[in-house]
Amino acid sequence: MEVRVAFSGPKSLSGKEFTYCPGCHHGIIHRLVAEVIDELGIQEKTIMVAPVGCSVFAYEFFDVDGTVAPHGRALAVATGMKRALPDRVVFTYQGDGDLAAIGTAETVHAANRGEKLTTIFVNNAVYGMTGGQMAPTTLLGQKTTTTPYGRRAENDGYPIHMSEILSTMRGVAYLERVTVSTPQDIRNAKKAIKKAFLAQIKNIGFGLVEVLSTCPTNWGMTPVEAQQWLLENMTKEFPPKLFIDRVGD
Amino acid sequence: MAKVEGYIEIDAERCKGCGLCINACPVNVIEFSEDFNSKGYHPARYKGEGCIACGFCYLSCPDVCITVFRGARKKSPVNV
Ligand SMILES: Cc1ncc(C[n+]2csc(CCOP(=O)(O)OP(=O)(O)O)c2C)c(N)n1
Ligand code: SF4
Ligand code: SF4
Ligand code: SF4
Repeated sequence: MEVRVAFSGPKSLSGKEFTYCPGCHHGIIHRLVAEVIDELGIQEKTIMVAPVGCSVFAYEFFDVDGTVAPHGRALAVATGMKRALPDRVVFTYQGDGDLAAIGTAETVHAANRGEKLTTIFVNNAVYGMTGGQMAPTTLLGQKTTTTPYGRRAENDGYPIHMSEILSTMRGVAYLERVTVSTPQDIRNAKKAIKKAFLAQIKNIGFGLVEVLSTCPTNWGMTPVEAQQWLLENMTKEFPPKLFIDRVGD
Repeated sequence: MAKVEGYIEIDAERCKGCGLCINACPVNVIEFSEDFNSKGYHPARYKGEGCIACGFCYLSCPDVCITVFRGARKKSPVNV
C-alpha cells in the first residue's frame, strides 16, 4: 500500500510556535480555524482581528492578514474593515473577558446589526492572560484568584450566557456552542466554524461559534484533567447546542 | 476489512509534553520520551508500531506537532 499523509497541519497557519501553555485549547481552535480557511480557499482574502487576552498575538500564528484590536473592541474594528472592504472575509477571535465583559456592547450590537462577520468566542471561564481572575463566565463555586472561596451569586452575580443572549437577535445567521475536548467534538467544532464562515461568505448575517475551552494553568489542573473538568462541569452551565442555522447545507 | 496500517511523526522540538495525544490514542501507541527537548519538556513519542491512522492524536494536539501517515512505513533502523 502506498504511504500517504492522512493528517497534517493547515497552510493558513504561519508555522510559528504558539505561545500558549501546554495543553491549552487555544491551539486546537487556531488549527481548526486555519483548516476551515484552507478548505474554503479564502486565505488570500481573509483578515483576522485578534483580541487582548492570551491570544493577543494570534495574528502572528495565522498566515492571513490581521491586526489586534483594543480590549473588547474586535467587532468594532472588524465592522469597519468589512464595511470598507466587503469582498474580504473578516473574523474576530476573542476570549470571554474580551467578548463578554469589556466588549459586551460591541458584541451585542455587531450581532444585532447582522454584520457579515465571523466570531470565534473562546470561553475558558477565566481571564487567562492576567492570571486567572473571575470572568463573567466563571461558574458558581469556581475558585479563581479573585474568588478564592468560589464564585458566589450574592456577591459576584451569575455566569453570563452570551450565546443564549445573542440567540434572540435577528441579525445572527449562525450560532453554535461546541467543545473541543474529544476527537469527535473537535470534528463537530470544525463543522460549526465552517458554517459560521459561510454565514458571512454567503452574505446571510453574523456567525459566531462559542468554543468551551480549557485553561489548565489557571484552573490548576493537568491538560487531561482540565478537559475532563470542562466536560463534567462547564457543559452543565453552558450546554453545547446549535442555536441558529440560517446557512443551510 | 483489512486493518488500516499507519504511523505518525511527532515534531519533538515543537511538542510541549501536554499528553493530550497520548490520552486520545485509542490503541495506546504514543508515550512520553525520557529525553528533554530544548524547551525542557518530555516530548511525546510514537512507540513504533500499532498505529491505525485514525487521526485522533493529530486532532487533539494543540501545538500542531503530529503528522499522520496511512500505509506501512519503510523499515528504518532508527525509531523516529
Ligand atoms: C482596556 C484594558 N483593560 C484591561 C486589560 C487587562 N486584561 C488583559 S487580558 C484581560 C482578560 C483576558 O481574558 P479573556 O478575554 O477571557 O482571554 P484569555 O486570556 O482567557 O484567553 C484583561 C482584563 C487590558 N489589557 N486593557
Ligand atoms: S493562561 Fe490559560 S488560556 Fe492562557 S495560554 Fe495558558 S492555559 Fe491558555
Ligand atoms: S493516528 Fe490514531 S492510532 Fe495512530 S498514533 Fe494517532 S491516535 Fe494513535
Ligand atoms: S498533543 Fe502535541 S504537544 Fe501535546 S504531547 Fe502530544 S505532540 Fe506534544
